[in-house]
Amino acid sequence: MSADLAIETHNLGRIYTIRNRRERRIRKEVVALRDVNLQIPRGELFGLLGPNGAGKTTLIKILTTLLAPTTGWARVAGFDVVREPQKIRPRINMVSGGEASGYGLLTVRENLWMFAQFYGLPSREANRRIEELLRRIGLADRIHTKSSDLSTGLRQKMNIVRGFLTDPEILFLDEPTLGLDVNAARDVRRFIREWLDAHPDRTVLLTTHYMVEADELCDRVAIISQGRVLACDSPEALKRRLQRDALFDIEITAPNGLTSAMLEALPGVRKAVLTDDDGGARLNLILAADSALPGVIHVLTERAVQVRHLTKREPTLEDVFVELVGRPLAEEEGSDEQ
Amino acid sequence: MSTPPIYQSTNLPKTLSAAWRSFRIATWLGWQIESNWTDPILFAIYSMLKPLASAAILVVMYGVITNGQFENPIFPYIYLGNAFYIYVGAVMTGVSWAVIDDREHYRTLKYIYVAPIRLPAYWLGRGVARFLTGSFAVLITLAAGVLFLHVPFHPARVDWPLFLLSLMLGVVMLALMGLVLASISLMIAHHFFLIGEAVAGALYLLSGAIFPLEVLPPWLRPLGFAMPITYWLELLRRSLLGDLARGFPTLSGFSNGQLLGILAGLSVLFGLLAAVTYRLCDHQAREKGLIDQTTNY
Repeated sequence: MSADLAIETHNLGRIYTIRNRRERRIRKEVVALRDVNLQIPRGELFGLLGPNGAGKTTLIKILTTLLAPTTGWARVAGFDVVREPQKIRPRINMVSGGEASGYGLLTVRENLWMFAQFYGLPSREANRRIEELLRRIGLADRIHTKSSDLSTGLRQKMNIVRGFLTDPEILFLDEPTLGLDVNAARDVRRFIREWLDAHPDRTVLLTTHYMVEADELCDRVAIISQGRVLACDSPEALKRRLQRDALFDIEITAPNGLTSAMLEALPGVRKAVLTDDDGGARLNLILAADSALPGVIHVLTERAVQVRHLTKREPTLEDVFVELVGRPLAEEEGSDEQ
Repeated sequence: MSTPPIYQSTNLPKTLSAAWRSFRIATWLGWQIESNWTDPILFAIYSMLKPLASAAILVVMYGVITNGQFENPIFPYIYLGNAFYIYVGAVMTGVSWAVIDDREHYRTLKYIYVAPIRLPAYWLGRGVARFLTGSFAVLITLAAGVLFLHVPFHPARVDWPLFLLSLMLGVVMLALMGLVLASISLMIAHHFFLIGEAVAGALYLLSGAIFPLEVLPPWLRPLGFAMPITYWLELLRRSLLGDLARGFPTLSGFSNGQLLGILAGLSVLFGLLAAVTYRLCDHQAREKGLIDQTTNY
């Protein structure tokens, strides 16, 4: 493994065996990850983009030494996650979003101070960092508040500070803005970016199912679905894949039996996604060229579907996801919960 | 861009071992959790009333069954056994409960697990607060016995070195048994709390806490003799009561030195068992993905 790699995985896989509670002999195997190969250099903010149940959290659990892989291997900071977890742990930290963890009886400062102590940070230095980081994330006025008295969002901010407090070489952020309101999520993204700008040798692996977050923050993004990495590149490069295509958003009246498959059968239509919209429907098209559009309009007209609004636009990560997975991210949510 | 001072790396103090660090911080955390749930006065009242109420139940039952024979040597045997048994629940369950508490209640186990600490040392530290509150309960129970129930206690006749040595060895042994349970707790869910109570209850009957092992059916006695708690309680009784404690046949054939040797040997055995159990359960919990699994009930 190259010394410049913070994280490396080779054919990494994980299968969960689920037993039937009543009949213990009946077992079901769920593949959470399969053949994941990643190489993440030091200093990179790497994003894993995928719906719930795609395997993002499973991958983070393996890399943070919480879970053993079923197949393949993974190295973090140059150490094997199965054989050398004790060498990895001082070098990493992790934060999971969407949960209210922490000792409610302790104040924000006490919670953070305690975790800093686990990492051997001298008390004075820990307190200094706590004050500074809380100030930067906008939680300084709650430093003496018991964490049980914090709202879920503020508690999540406290946990985010906990992750950064120990100044880890590699930081794992699992859906860090999940459940936060728009402003708080923006604060957190700004906080992450500032930290990396100030410390360019640190590596962050961030999982998200928010396209904007991946697009805004990440140097490179891996799109993951049903345990497989489907593509891995910078957001710009991923979007460039579709740059030769023509992307249209069309608002239409009730579809009258129109399906995506009918449109995808037309020449030049690479992908068509039809979703219900208030009183009508929305049609997202990826066409090989503008010249394919009249064919689509013709089919709509045949079915007495009226076009309310038509926009041609630049590709987004959402389009890349649709191109790779075949469905929009929102549709994927909950369809393959593990 | 200049690096803001907040992000400067800090070298971990090499002299401070991970185990000591884990133990020290866990002790602090355990005490915060044990003592911070109410105001100090209420906490003090609760700490006094709880052991006294437990002892009162036993004394009333004994009084009814024996028609008030509090002068019989069996009474101090039972009373002291019951008083020191408080440590079993406090230390053993205190150490093991930390796993369930962190995982299910505070949802912090995964963050603690991935921190550079020694998990067994952390669990032992979490048990210290329960040991301290347990010690207070034992003291209150003993004082009530001596002051109000004529439990024979003469400070000049107490074998203090034997008492302190036995107490220390016993607490270490209970902590090691707690580690075994804590390791097993990594593998099982929330309802382990009930299993923990069942284990403590079974040991209460099998370790001669409230009656000599001769009372047990012959096929059950070997289990009692295999339990280090049996020898520990005998040593504590002997050190406090002297010859009075030797009046019961169970372990009368053993000298104090022999009992200490057995207790130390069984403690070492439990230490090895704790180490093996931890390695196995940690490995299995990682294999099965149980470290951060919560039951949500």
